[in-house]
This record gives sequence, C-alpha cells and structure tokens, in this order.
Amino acid sequence: MSKPKKLLNDPGEVAREQFEGFMLAAPHLEALPGMTAAIRKDFRPDKVAVVTGGGAGHEPMYGGYVGEGLADAVSVGDVFAAPSPDVIVETCSALSPQNGVLFVYGNYAGDNMNYDIAAELLEDEGIPSHTIRINDDVISAPPSLLEERRGIAGALYVLKAAGAAAETYSEFDEVVAAAEKALKHTASAGVAIAPCAIPRNDSFNFEIAADEIEIGMGLHGEPGVGKSKISSSDQVVDQIMEALAEDLSLKAGDEVCMLVNNLGASTQMELLIANRAANLYLQQLGVSVYDNLVGNYCTSLEMSGFSISLFKLDEQLKALYDQPCQSFALRR
Amino acid sequence: MNTQETIEMMRSVAHAMVQSEPMLTKFDQAIGDGDHGLGIERGFSNVEAMLDESFSAADVGQVLQKIGTKLLSTMGGASGAIFGTLFRAGAKSIAGAPQLTTEALAQFLTAGLTAVCQRGGASEGDKTMIDALAPAARKAAELAELEFEQAIAQVVEAAEQGVEQTKEMVATTGKAKTLGERSLGHPDPGAISMSLILKFMAEHVDAKVAV
Repeated sequence: MSKPKKLLNDPGEVAREQFEGFMLAAPHLEALPGMTAAIRKDFRPDKVAVVTGGGAGHEPMYGGYVGEGLADAVSVGDVFAAPSPDVIVETCSALSPQNGVLFVYGNYAGDNMNYDIAAELLEDEGIPSHTIRINDDVISAPPSLLEERRGIAGALYVLKAAGAAAETYSEFDEVVAAAEKALKHTASAGVAIAPCAIPRNDSFNFEIAADEIEIGMGLHGEPGVGKSKISSSDQVVDQIMEALAEDLSLKAGDEVCMLVNNLGASTQMELLIANRAANLYLQQLGVSVYDNLVGNYCTSLEMSGFSISLFKLDEQLKALYDQPCQSFALRR
Repeated sequence: MNTQETIEMMRSVAHAMVQSEPMLTKFDQAIGDGDHGLGIERGFSNVEAMLDESFSAADVGQVLQKIGTKLLSTMGGASGAIFGTLFRAGAKSIAGAPQLTTEALAQFLTAGLTAVCQRGGASEGDKTMIDALAPAARKAAELAELEFEQAIAQVVEAAEQGVEQTKEMVATTGKAKTLGERSLGHPDPGAISMSLILKFMAEHVDAKVAV
C-alpha cells in the first residue's frame, strides 16, 4: 500500500492554514480573531441567524456556503473533528442575533454533542436556537432510522433553502419549517474508489483494493453497503440513483436539482460521465432536472469517488432555490 | 492525595496521554476516522501547558473542573465533548474536596458517567469509553474505604477489563457505528483513552512510592 502524499507545510496546522487561505478568497466574511470561524460582514441582526460548521477536510463545505442567501456564520474544527462549544458560542455571539439561531450541520456524534453544549450555553445567554441535523445519506441507515443517517453533500441544498428562507421570512418558525422541508426533500448517496488520509497520519484511514469500490461509503470512510468488484460507471450510478429515487418517491413529472459531487480525487471526466448516466436515469423516469451542479462541493480530502444528491422541488422550495446567493462555493 | 499532589499527578497524566497519540491513532483508524489520538493529543497538551508551575486551584474539585473546561474548549470532536463532560460533571460532584480520596474518585467517576451517558446517548455495552468508565466507577465505589494509592491499581484493572470486553462488542454509536459487525475484534479507542487516564494516575502514584 502506498503512503499518502500531500504538499503541505506543518500537517498539524492544516485546519488553520486552509481557513486563512479561504478567508482571503471570501472578502464578504469577517474572521473571528484567533479562531477558525467567520461571520457575514453584511449580516442583519434582525433576521434569523443560520449557523453552520463542522470539521475541516470537506472544503468547500461548510465555509463555502456562508454569504448572502446562505448561512450567516461558520465554525470549523480540526480535520474531521467538530469545533468546540466555545468557538460555536463565540461565532453565534459575534452575530448578536435578535431573532434566534438556526443551527444546520451534519449529523455526526461529535458535531451533535458540541453543538448541543453550545446551544445550552447560548440559552443561558438568552439566545434561543433550533437545530437541524443534515442526514441526507440514504445508504447510511434505513428510513426507519433517520436519526442515524449521516450528512453529506446534500447539505448544500438544505443550507441554500435555509439561507433563502431566512432572507425571506421574518418568523423563526417559518424559517425552521422551510429548512426542515428542504432536508426531507434531499437525498444523497456516494461511492468511493480510493481512501483518504488525515494529513498528520502517515497511513490511509481505510483501504480499498485496487479492483474494488464501496457504494455508500461515508465522508470519513464509514462503510456503506460493503465492498464490491469495480464495475462500470453507468452500473454504479444506476444503483445510486435507484436508492435516491426510492427514498424521495420520485415519479414522472417531478422536478429536481441534482449535484454530482467530487469526494476529492476523482477526475472531472469521471464526474461528467456519472452526470450523464444520472441525467439519463431521471429522463427515463420522466423526472426533469431544474438545475445541475457538477464539481467539488463537499469533499473528503483525497478520497476518490463521488456522491450524487437530489433535491426534490415543489413551488416553495423552487422559489427559495431561485433566490440569489453569493458565497465562495455557490453563486446564483 | 492533596490538591498540589493532584495537580502533579494530572500533569504527568496529561504528558503521558500526549505520548499515547500514535497508539490511539492506530486503534481509531481501525474502526473510526483516525482523529481520536490527535484530539487526545490536542486536548491534553493544552492541559499539560495549563498545569504549569504557575497553576493553582483551591481544591481537588477545581483542578479537575479546570481540566474539563480546557478539554472541552480545545479538543473538539466527539472526544472533546465526552472527556470534557466527564471531567466537568465529575468535578462538580466533588466541588470543594480538599483530598482526592478513593471515595472522591468514585464520586467523580460515577457523576461523570451519568453526564456522559446523557450527553452522548450511549450506555454500557455500546462499545464506547463508557465500557471502561462504568466498571472503573463501580470498582472505585467498592474500594471506597481504601487509600487512593492502594485502590487505584484495581480501578485501572477494572477499566482495562472493560476495554478488553469492547472487542466483543458491535459499535452502535459514533463513527464506528456504521461498521456494524466489522467493528468486532477491535477495542474501542475512547475506552482505551479512559483506561489510560486511570493507568497513568496509577503509574504516577507508583513512581512516587519508588522515589
């Protein structure tokens, strides 16, 4: 097995250094001194504050989705590790939110616990909050165990809808309801063909044999449906699309947004070939694609593979999706 | 064990935890996402730095509470929340204690256990640090009459047996959860860290006796 290879400075400083680089490319944000956290410069304290975050290593998630029409603030932890409660609290406090905080982040034990502690501390300060845990990975647990599903690239659609709702609606509950609906309308699944390594570790987090893939593998190497012999892109995409279509109960006449997301090291060519099959699948089902994104939206270091996310639209979600947004990773 | 001696013991525990990073990383790569050792190193190197010559605390409870706050604010990840909660909730239960007795340790571990179970929603048998913490808490309570220095080795033994048992368990929480049956045969890294904290307490006590 070959060793991981990355061009870095101090591997222990990657979370900070990538954040500093990100901030230079995101002049609409203001960093919190001494922390890997930032808020929108143009945040209006009277709107519902949409606050996101998570471990580093998934760039451009989550900082890339902070800006007009998206999230209002982000806290970033070390690689694959949730930010600590006091960083989250400082991030929220920096917004001086007058209409509550809506936390939107991926459903992982570490994030859940650290954000829960932060929410309790904020409550002590008189800042109410509501939490939405993104759990769009349909392979990670059956529909009967939704609370165990992991959050992956579909977070983009939930953050888009939550951010647009927070710009549009004045009532806290209305924003929450729109974001929760967006989450229910989002489904994702991925496939990995080669592993990733945490920069400070000199070995890969997991192994996949040269002739194997794993459908449903999570962002941190969590297992999916098990390893299988490598087949063809079309076959793998069909299997993924089947799982997504079933989860969203897609039928002829439905309209979706689709994201073909690079987990890190896949080529643009592989993504486009996957996108071709995914579109063909929907076409045969009679489902139309309203918007189609292909590229690096939620990565996992140098993992090779991709995920597909579908966002099933209705009138409200379509209107929210159509609202303008401006961030490092998404502009509409 | 008085407050100053507790500070010295926890300083050497923190140092030894930092040294354990490569071993913890290896175990976490087997069933987690490989960051547990790095989190432990990050948290405990901050604890070690905090417990320098200028550190002072009013009592044993405050020493452990300050360690908990430091872990919670610098470690991040699931382990930051868990080990931070253990120390903070455990310390609260022995607030004002002038001595770290076996009884105080039992109280600390028992209150910490309750808080950790609430925070993470896991219980004994779920292949987490609780599987080392719970038997250690029980053993400490059982030995409450003994001096701390005499009891700690047996508490460590109970925790280490707990770690052994996690090999036979299937993870139902955390990032190892989705491994299901594949987590069998591997010890839980969080349980290892829990037993190491106690083991390094015992080693510090032994080293002092030897001197």
